[in-house]
Amino acid sequence: MSWLRFFRRSRKDAELQEEIGSYLEEEAAENMARGMSADEARRQARIKLGNPQRVRETLWQQNTVSFVESAWRDLKYSARTLMRTPGFTATAILVMALGIGAAVALFTVVRSVLLKPLPFPAPNQLVALYAKADTGKGGSVAAADFYDWQSESRSFEQMAVWRWTGYNMAGDRDELPEFLQAVTCSWNLFSTLGVQPVLGRPFTSADDIDAANSSVILSWSFFKRRFNGVPSIIGKTIRLNGQPYAVVGVLPESFTYPDPKIQLWVPYHKGVSSPILHSHYSHTSHVIARLRPGVSLSQGTQEVSAIQHEIFARFNGGGPVSPAVVSLPLVDDVVGDSKAPLYILMVAVLCLLLIACLNLSNLLVARAVARRKEMAMRSALGGSRMRLIAQQITESVLICLSGGALGIVVAYAAVRWLTMYWLDLPRADAVHIDATVLAFAVGITFLAGIMSGVLPALLFTGAKVVAAMQDRARTLGASGAKASLRKGLLVVELALTVVLLVGAGLLFKSLLLLSSVDLGCTTRNVLTMRYFLRGESYAKPEQIVSFQTQILERVRHLPGVAAVGLTSVVPGDGFYGDTTFSILEHPSESPEKRDSALFRTADPGYFQAMQIPLVAGRFFTSSERLSNSNFIIINQKLAREYFPNEDPLGKHLTVSWISPTPKNFEIVGVVGDTRYRLNEPALSMMWFPILSGIPGTTTDTALVVRTATDPVALGIPIQKTIAGIDPDLPVSNILTMQQIIGKSTANSGFEASLLGAFATLSLLLAAVGLFGVLSYLVAQRTQEIGVRMALGAQRGRVLGQVLADGLKPAFAGLALGLVGSVAAVRLVRSMLYETRPLDPAVFLLVSAVLVVVAGAACMVPAWRASRLDPMQALRTE
Amino acid sequence: MAGRDQSDGEMLKGTLDMMILRTLVPGDAHGHTIAKIIERTSEDVLEVEQGSLYPALHRLEDRGWVSSYWGASENNRKAKYYRLTAAGRKQLVRETNRWRQMIRAIGLVMGEKAAADGGAQ
Repeated sequence: MSWLRFFRRSRKDAELQEEIGSYLEEEAAENMARGMSADEARRQARIKLGNPQRVRETLWQQNTVSFVESAWRDLKYSARTLMRTPGFTATAILVMALGIGAAVALFTVVRSVLLKPLPFPAPNQLVALYAKADTGKGGSVAAADFYDWQSESRSFEQMAVWRWTGYNMAGDRDELPEFLQAVTCSWNLFSTLGVQPVLGRPFTSADDIDAANSSVILSWSFFKRRFNGVPSIIGKTIRLNGQPYAVVGVLPESFTYPDPKIQLWVPYHKGVSSPILHSHYSHTSHVIARLRPGVSLSQGTQEVSAIQHEIFARFNGGGPVSPAVVSLPLVDDVVGDSKAPLYILMVAVLCLLLIACLNLSNLLVARAVARRKEMAMRSALGGSRMRLIAQQITESVLICLSGGALGIVVAYAAVRWLTMYWLDLPRADAVHIDATVLAFAVGITFLAGIMSGVLPALLFTGAKVVAAMQDRARTLGASGAKASLRKGLLVVELALTVVLLVGAGLLFKSLLLLSSVDLGCTTRNVLTMRYFLRGESYAKPEQIVSFQTQILERVRHLPGVAAVGLTSVVPGDGFYGDTTFSILEHPSESPEKRDSALFRTADPGYFQAMQIPLVAGRFFTSSERLSNSNFIIINQKLAREYFPNEDPLGKHLTVSWISPTPKNFEIVGVVGDTRYRLNEPALSMMWFPILSGIPGTTTDTALVVRTATDPVALGIPIQKTIAGIDPDLPVSNILTMQQIIGKSTANSGFEASLLGAFATLSLLLAAVGLFGVLSYLVAQRTQEIGVRMALGAQRGRVLGQVLADGLKPAFAGLALGLVGSVAAVRLVRSMLYETRPLDPAVFLLVSAVLVVVAGAACMVPAWRASRLDPMQALRTE
Repeated sequence: MAGRDQSDGEMLKGTLDMMILRTLVPGDAHGHTIAKIIERTSEDVLEVEQGSLYPALHRLEDRGWVSSYWGASENNRKAKYYRLTAAGRKQLVRETNRWRQMIRAIGLVMGEKAAADGGAQ
């Protein structure tokens, strides 16, 4: 009611005036009836009425909600003042839009990735369990360990196991064959997570036994893509690795654990070979579990850890069994390594926003100085201090609101861009701007507005009315104090900038080191592609070897091919797998000590194709194939570590490679070290002959082709060659070595670039702030400088003085920033590759950049000051 | 500027509202008539200040106790007429009762007081 009244005030007022008019006429008519003259009658009527203005004012006031009234007036007034200085306003709004936009975008990502629980019921009960590795960190779990945990533990409602796998799917009706990333999991994985298929049924315990018919559950995206989303696929059969699998269910679209790329789910007993299923040595799988209500994570972990310790004791020394279990909440497991970079970027973005606020505050102080007299006048006319402060803050809030509105648009675009280009961002599909994010945006907008407005408001609404009214250009006392305040703001701004610059500098240096890392092989003009030989056609070693040799032969003769080779995984493409070994010639070393090395396969031409140098001995020969393949090649690291004072050639490594029982392999060669991942040091590595053709063990193949020219052009001819031998064999990951390396530096590069962009933006803002303050100071001191010059001061001296005036806060900010950085770099340590957090080069470079930029920002006003014409200067008021 | 109302503030404001409502019982009237009726029936003891009359009328209208419309006055001039609404009638009964209690209470107090300090002053 009262609100409506408020907005109808003007109409009411007009009505009232009319009413008063009619009253006067009535009264005058009555007076005239009493015998007064017309003039006298009207005069008396007016006297009787009193002041009509007062009546109106009373009613107006009565209809006014005073808080809204003053806020509305402030708003109109602020909008008008801002409109009068469009340049200032546009700059300020843009600065705030960038600051708020960046903060909102990053908050969206952080919230969706780190703060929102997993899209499963009671996500806090879900945990990931890992076998404790030698390093103390969690490692993959052996299947037999899992079954012991599952049957013996009491702390968990359910426990499930899964591992990565992949299937070749051949098309039935001339469709292209494709390789599908898949997961094989215990039947209860979905019920552990609390997920139901949208179509069909989940796995049952009857699906997850050796004797069961093979069944498969499809991901939503695969169901849509390959089967056009037709529900009748349920119950039909698809061919995976040449075998029939019955489709029993389709998962909901929202289900993307553990990775959105997963297309298929297969029961554990169908996806894992029987020796591995019953092995405590083969660490291949991930375990998730749902805690019983009331059981804490540490209680659950302790119980499983005790079970694992029993297993460890039982197998003492017989093989690699983990002594204990480590655990973490499933959400942390999913988020993994992106936590640190995300928090760092969030902090950086808040710094940026703070700098933007400080800058706005600084600009507002400058404006407030110019409006001292106006403020003093209003205060003299009875404007209360609260009202004046409110007016000031309204102005900054108005700027921030416009900035915030624009910022949300910026954030929207930024979020889309981030989720598209941030390759390793987990749960990227869940990143959206929603109501909470918008509330956050509105919140920080008002906060920013009040923060940047309150300082100038408090300062310039003080009671020193008379002083302000008398303030003129010649009297510098009061405004001098304001200038030092502005310098103080600048110091903080610059200090924050330095911290951001140091952080970005460290990340860039680390990135630089990372991209100059030598993998240990050539990365130029090499094309790689992967295929997996599975199914009936590749059940016997002869079939596999025949296929591989045909490929080698045909590809070698393609035009443009310089060299060709086969391996299981190329350098830089990941860990792939390691296994334990012992040395036949070094008997009876302590059984506790378990030596392990990464394992790879290679054909005779692989090392030459990749230009991995031969250090000693020889490569494999083409006669070392099928049953004649108990030979092994090791890398320098393994040779140095395990054969420090002897020749490894002719010695034997005992490894369970072909069969679960270990066999001896003669070392025939030593090759140079290669890294399995760009940012990890080289590990001990051993190669087995790929032409041994062992089904399952040597069938994961990476074909590498070194070319004379651009390798990409050879992709199609090679694919056609492969299709010419086996049209049902899918080929995947057709990548050059450069692209494989690019993948591992892409994220570091992305994070470094983001932080770099924030730092650059802050530097720009700080420079603008410095420039603004100094220009203002020079303008204030025009007369003083004029007097000095008239008295004979040299232009050089004036220049130096103004420059020093501006550089003082710059150096103070630098010093403060360097101190702050020393504390802040702890945060980025985890993201650095072979870069010390206190890298002197980075600190020096940042200091130099800051001094140069600050100098440039100060130079213009200083130069202007030194060029002043004394006569002109003295006349300015 | 704000509430420089009559010195005896709230009570008078309350009674003015009540009296306005009372004058509207016989029929609709415009501002001038309302003022005149109050003045005449109080035998010119109460003089209605226009500065309070119109804000009071608008206040009453705002609360839904009177409604208004534009009509022709007795002298055929355009005037704003006020009419008592059903809610206004109830309000009038409430206020009259309250006022009667108040008068009685004051009367009781004054009766004793007047006797007590009659000679003192």
